[in-house]
Amino acid sequence: MPVAVIVFPGSNCDRDVAVALETATGRAPAMVWHQESALPACDLIVVPGGFSYGDYLRSGAMAAHSPIMRAVIERANTGTPVLGICNGFQILAEAGLLPGILMRNASLKFVCRDVDLRVERADTVFTGAYAQGEILRVPVAHHDGNYFADAETLQRLEDGGQVAFRYCDTGGNVTPEANPNGSINNIAGILNADGNVLGMMPHPERLADPLLGGIDGAPMFDALAEAIAA
Amino acid sequence: MSKTEPRPDDLMGLSDGEYDTILDILGRTPNFTELGIFSVMWSEHCSYKSSKKWLKTLPIDGPQVIQGPGENAGVVDIGDGQAVIFKIESHNHPSFIEPYQGAATGVGGILRDVFTMGARPVANLNALRFGSPDHPKTRHLVGGVVAGIGGYGNCIGVPTVGGEVNFDPSYNGNILVNAMTVGIAPTDKIFYSAAAGVGLPVVYVGSKTGRDGIHGATMASAEFADDSEEKRPTVQVGDPFTEKLLLEACLELMATDAIVAIQDMGAAGLTSSSVEMASKGDVGIALDLDQVPRRETGMTAYELMLSESQERMLMVLKPGREDMARTIFEKWELDFAVIGMTNDSGQLTLLEDGASTADIPVAPLVAAAPEYDRPWTATPPRPVINASDVPAPDDLGDVLMALIGGPELCSRRWVWEQYDHMVMGDTVVRPGGDAALVRVHGTGKGLAMSTDCSPRYVLANPVEGGRQAVAEAWRNVTAVGATPLAVTNNLNFGNPERPEIMGQLVGAVQGMGEACLALACPVVSGNVSLYNETNGSAILPTPVIGCVGVMGDVAKAVTAEFKAAGETIFVIGETQGWLGCSLYQRHMSGEATGAPPPVDLDIERKNGDLVRQLIADGALTACHDVSDGGLAVAIAEMAIAGGLGAEIDVSPVIPAHAWAFGEDQGRYVVTTTGPETVAAAAAKAGVPARAIGQTTAATLTLPGTRPISVAELEALHESWLPDYMAAR
Amino acid sequence: MKARIHITLKNGVLDPQGKAIQQALAGLAFDGVEDVRQGKFIEIELTESDADTARVQVSDMCEKLLANTVIENYDIEIVA
Repeated sequence: MPVAVIVFPGSNCDRDVAVALETATGRAPAMVWHQESALPACDLIVVPGGFSYGDYLRSGAMAAHSPIMRAVIERANTGTPVLGICNGFQILAEAGLLPGILMRNASLKFVCRDVDLRVERADTVFTGAYAQGEILRVPVAHHDGNYFADAETLQRLEDGGQVAFRYCDTGGNVTPEANPNGSINNIAGILNADGNVLGMMPHPERLADPLLGGIDGAPMFDALAEAIAA
Repeated sequence: MSKTEPRPDDLMGLSDGEYDTILDILGRTPNFTELGIFSVMWSEHCSYKSSKKWLKTLPIDGPQVIQGPGENAGVVDIGDGQAVIFKIESHNHPSFIEPYQGAATGVGGILRDVFTMGARPVANLNALRFGSPDHPKTRHLVGGVVAGIGGYGNCIGVPTVGGEVNFDPSYNGNILVNAMTVGIAPTDKIFYSAAAGVGLPVVYVGSKTGRDGIHGATMASAEFADDSEEKRPTVQVGDPFTEKLLLEACLELMATDAIVAIQDMGAAGLTSSSVEMASKGDVGIALDLDQVPRRETGMTAYELMLSESQERMLMVLKPGREDMARTIFEKWELDFAVIGMTNDSGQLTLLEDGASTADIPVAPLVAAAPEYDRPWTATPPRPVINASDVPAPDDLGDVLMALIGGPELCSRRWVWEQYDHMVMGDTVVRPGGDAALVRVHGTGKGLAMSTDCSPRYVLANPVEGGRQAVAEAWRNVTAVGATPLAVTNNLNFGNPERPEIMGQLVGAVQGMGEACLALACPVVSGNVSLYNETNGSAILPTPVIGCVGVMGDVAKAVTAEFKAAGETIFVIGETQGWLGCSLYQRHMSGEATGAPPPVDLDIERKNGDLVRQLIADGALTACHDVSDGGLAVAIAEMAIAGGLGAEIDVSPVIPAHAWAFGEDQGRYVVTTTGPETVAAAAAKAGVPARAIGQTTAATLTLPGTRPISVAELEALHESWLPDYMAAR
Repeated sequence: MKARIHITLKNGVLDPQGKAIQQALAGLAFDGVEDVRQGKFIEIELTESDADTARVQVSDMCEKLLANTVIENYDIEIVA
């Protein structure tokens, strides 16, 4: 079954993630313009990175109210896997599919570099090809990746095992130095309570090709391809 | 009309002689709007009046060249029905006045130059020059410019993959922000600016027009006085989001056959774009200014014609395609307005409320643009400094640590980590090495690109410095394994009305021309920025070269970092220990004196061709060009990048400090697991190649030094810039 | 009718931009700056002529789009 990639005005990682998806699934995903009100038949929805609406007002805020997002929310609530990367994570948070918000990086600067991530949940449709505690090297590239949630929400996330990835050092230790943006508890990616919606700031699609310097991102797309082929 | 009639008090930057020419062209006194149009079209920025005579001497041809200088950007064939389209352009003055917006709109402008021609931009580079780190404004300017470049490039989603950052007190009052964009287009879908044909609709697309940047082009052609901060209102504000929409909308329309001509509204906005299209197409254009989309009320014809509001394009369409085009632009939520028509009058006619408000013959407006043969004096030659006359250090290792941990040679990571250098998923070689390498999407081919200039060499000897800028850019592109194809140049100089400054320009252009010819790397586009002076004090002459090369298989590319311990390190090229004008000399004595290292173009080419062949044959594991700081710095950079060390085992006949820090040209440091292959290939090519040691685990040992911890070097190398920027 | 909206970060939410401004002010020798919080100011022209209805409308805009109430507070001023 095909994959839908949602494209907003200002999306700019739509092609990158489409390449990774096509490599893994063998077919090109459907690119769905934000003004559509319905989704094509699909078993996976990807909200890609970029600067939807220029990140004006707040990152992801305006895209979260695009016509297509009603359909995305509906499908997410009925169990379709939804992956939001970078700006996609910001949009899913603004749309209420994921708790919390991505604030301006603590450094106040855009940051583009490889980071190490610890896999906190290897039992999801997104992360099944990784091992629990495995350390991945993938890049971040964002200005607003500083995850924040109030104490109660954070407790619920931690207790419910909804943290999917944390920034760590090369040895897997979760340290302040390994945190590129000031995210609370070094959170790099979170799941919704049902585990079918994942938002993450790092870009697995950017290191899924050996010529680009690494393939640690590829297993996520392989796992998704396998899950939706089943 | 008479030349004795009273003249306007303000000639808008035009000279008395230029004003007389206008009277001759029009046969009457120009009105305010017309004078404004002549003023911007004849500004240094738009007319190249001081440099044109010399620019004409540059080599611009080659079998690979599809379009040389004169269009929005140069176009070069890369095979398989594809072309690379690229250009570099300055946004120096606006960036000094408002660093974030100045730099951001500089990026926006050069992106438009490239996608106007039908190319999807695939990479940006930036050559930046700031004042002394001690100058009170420098930190603020660095922070603002870097954030502005990132803010624009990151948002539009084009990776910023390379460039330069340098500091020198001569830039205290005039920083340089030179932005380069590289794009790719099918060779049969390249768009030009000639509006050939009459009765064709002239269409305005993009953002609305406001009073932004009026007279920006003339500001870019004036010297600064201390009151320049009051010129702040002329700085434009960039909107990368709108530019992204404009890019996608233009590429969508370009996939159809609707466009006859297209031109971005850059410097001098609607004026230069409409004049350019009419002149190239040999037609007249009538514009109904009432149709121009505008953001502010009460705008005059003068303001509409001279506004430099960003993210706008002017197009000439085939008749009857307006509705289809409108649908595309409206889908992308952009303004679309038919504002005029081409005709056979040969005039640029502006209508306001149905009445003519300006009427200028296009041909003389362009052809009679002034061209000056400004007086110039050659830079006097400097003596050659003997290496033995430059004092030896107490400790060579200390000098290496000071250089590699100082402003000139420290890591630029703090800069390029603020740029998204990976978006679009084709960045094979990231920033920080010699050239960046970007894969041609969907293929195994790649484009290598680099910007270079060593202004202290140009100051010492403009001809040699001009040669060196081309040679170094060519060398950097070669060092990853690519074949250099062509260059773009950005000539940044002081006031050309001073003969010694004009002499720098003349010399640099001569040197560049010689190098471009010898290295088969013609100039296909470029930009000139003059009057970079404050209170009579000029910048170092800075003719920046951006070089683009192609390689057939990016999997064969080689990067600078050491890959493993136990490999053999070679120097390709002759080491004579040239310390005149070197960073070492400046470090020891406080100034760079004497003649700069000469560039032998035949040797340059021979050495580079060998390196490229070795990379293609898979004989090298790492390769790095030798430039500022000489061999010691090149080896240290390779060690730091790879987290490995080196044991250098040579007994040079020249003084050790000259061997370590001499800046002889045409050299590369390479590593290999097959030293015999490298030695044999070099012998066959007649190129000096000398094995100088082995890579090791963790320490760097140079002739006459104690072992230096590479971790310690790395800490020094990485910390200077972040520490500097964090201080206050 | 015009609405002016001030959006500020909630107390307790780290405001790195405000902190940076505070440091910059200290660097310029402005002593005695205890705290800086930065936010957004939005001005909206409305066709609605009834102030109470306008306030309800704008409040809805804030809840739905203009503010993210996870971290932000908003304050509405209706100007005739």
